[in-house]
Amino acid sequence: MKNCEYQQIDPRALRISTTRVPSTLPCGRKGTQRPRRKWEVFPGKNRFYCDGRLMLARQCGVLPLTISLIFITSGLFFTFDCPFLVDHLTIFIPVIGAVLFAFVVINLLQTSFTDPGILPRALPDEAADIERQIDNSGSSTYRPPPRTKEILINNQVVKLKYCFTCKMFRPPRTSHCSMCDNCVERFDHHCPWVGNCVGRRNYRFFYGFIVSLSFLTSFIFGCVITHLVLRSQSGSGIIQAIQESPARYPFCCAHSTVVELVICFFSIWSILGLSGFHTYLVASNLTTNEDIKGSWSSKRGEESGNPYTYNNIFTNCFVVLCGPMPPSLIDRRGFVPSDDAIHTVTSEAEIPPFMAKNDANMCAQSTKELLESMAHSTAVQATCAPGKLKTAPVTQESLLSTVSIRVSRPSKPPSSGWSSRQARRPVDMPCSQSTNKRAAPHTRLPSPVFSLRHSAFILSDARDIDFIPLS
Amino acid sequence: MAETHSLQDLRQAAVASKVFVQRDYTTGTICKFQTRFPAELESRIDKAQFEETIQTLNNLYAEAEKLGGRSYLEGCLACLTAYTIFLCMETHYEKVLKKIAKYIQEQNEKIYAPLGLLLTDPIERGLRVVEITIFEDRSIGSR
Repeated sequence: MKNCEYQQIDPRALRISTTRVPSTLPCGRKGTQRPRRKWEVFPGKNRFYCDGRLMLARQCGVLPLTISLIFITSGLFFTFDCPFLVDHLTIFIPVIGAVLFAFVVINLLQTSFTDPGILPRALPDEAADIERQIDNSGSSTYRPPPRTKEILINNQVVKLKYCFTCKMFRPPRTSHCSMCDNCVERFDHHCPWVGNCVGRRNYRFFYGFIVSLSFLTSFIFGCVITHLVLRSQSGSGIIQAIQESPARYPFCCAHSTVVELVICFFSIWSILGLSGFHTYLVASNLTTNEDIKGSWSSKRGEESGNPYTYNNIFTNCFVVLCGPMPPSLIDRRGFVPSDDAIHTVTSEAEIPPFMAKNDANMCAQSTKELLESMAHSTAVQATCAPGKLKTAPVTQESLLSTVSIRVSRPSKPPSSGWSSRQARRPVDMPCSQSTNKRAAPHTRLPSPVFSLRHSAFILSDARDIDFIPLS
Repeated sequence: MAETHSLQDLRQAAVASKVFVQRDYTTGTICKFQTRFPAELESRIDKAQFEETIQTLNNLYAEAEKLGGRSYLEGCLACLTAYTIFLCMETHYEKVLKKIAKYIQEQNEKIYAPLGLLLTDPIERGLRVVEITIFEDRSIGSR
């Protein structure tokens, strides 16, 4: 009766053969699909280019506008102002302009296309381990209260929050970006102008971008004003200087001057202000996030409690801007390991024997087959039946989280937040359910029928889980 | 039985459980792991040996993240060359990560695999945890 539902998930489709382990399973051959790179199954809301080498937030914001403003203004500057200024002043004007322009563009591209310091989400085993360690003292609410952990950093109490999406306690200074749906280390802010989060790995590029952009806009503004002044001196007034045009580009020159002036004027105010603000942040080793939240402000009359500062402006600046470049933790170009599927299940290897106990139930058989086919050990299969039932250390929700996450993964479009949401929902429910039944952290699976029905329905269709009454 | 006595054989053994050694943030955000000895490993490995492994890892990560003349020079040079220098050479951090990978491999082969344990390089877990997989050790008896 339930058999038809299980055929939606074909164990063979999930079975990905290992490259390292010689599998003795009959269907342990290379899957029909080509090996996928990790960026293709990345759960966050990001876009990847050049086969995972470059990444951007999915909502790239106004990055095209930023780029076009910079190019247009600089283009107008080089086309209309530079020839005049080279004749009247010095050849170095376009040289300096070009250097600044190059710095701006390179820093902008680095900021936009670099991984800001995204933390990969916890694998099911790790998530289960953390769940076990959290003290669930009989809370029966549907969603557990926010979990925090307090630690001491340099004698300052810091609260670490638990991230429900990434299933881990966020390290200090890490924050979850809702736009990108990722936890980012040393999260500064999500900048729509660059179309990416600004975090630990790209903060120096962002800072370089805004500083060089403020220099560039000031430089262009200054050159345009100089151009107008010089022209008006040879002519009869500023207005006429604006209206006057060289023979070659009668229409454009006048308007280009106005365009450049307007863009530069407004940019200078905002960009210079932003540069100043970030210079202050760099000098005190703070992030925008911390500053806005007032995490370390001296509210109680104590001196600033920022535990990360080196109490020296130069040291702080060096550390933030010239410190060692940490590697990208998400390994975009690595291949999805074929024993990724296997690792997430082998820690639950004791579950199949448990399932085997209820052979009468078709659900159990199919589940058992599914899990066994994904295990990379023939020994597990052979010794399944007898005495391992007593020693199952894994908890119910770890099984369900594993199984449910496996369910959401095979669907081809990996990540528009769907898989993360689907993966989250089944986990939250069993958590609250099993909390009632648990007395000790290391628990036996409480009720075979209950757990089987759980897993059965999760396997059948993750979407229907909300509508299934739980016994 | 010889099953758990080599790294290759470990892959075919059954996974009994996994232990996760979490990060230690008491000195800030640098990468450092707790040296507290997990209870699950008590029957498997010597406490001193385990602590030595973790301490060596911590020292290697500290070396990678060390703030000194070398890292500043690298940072300034990178800035001046518009970061194109990273196309030609590896960062100091990446070099140390390779050293760490080698060290873990060596530890696994010499010490952990014969005891039925396997260390996973923390970089594969986003530098969040040191994952230690405990395998079923049939030579000792059923778990």
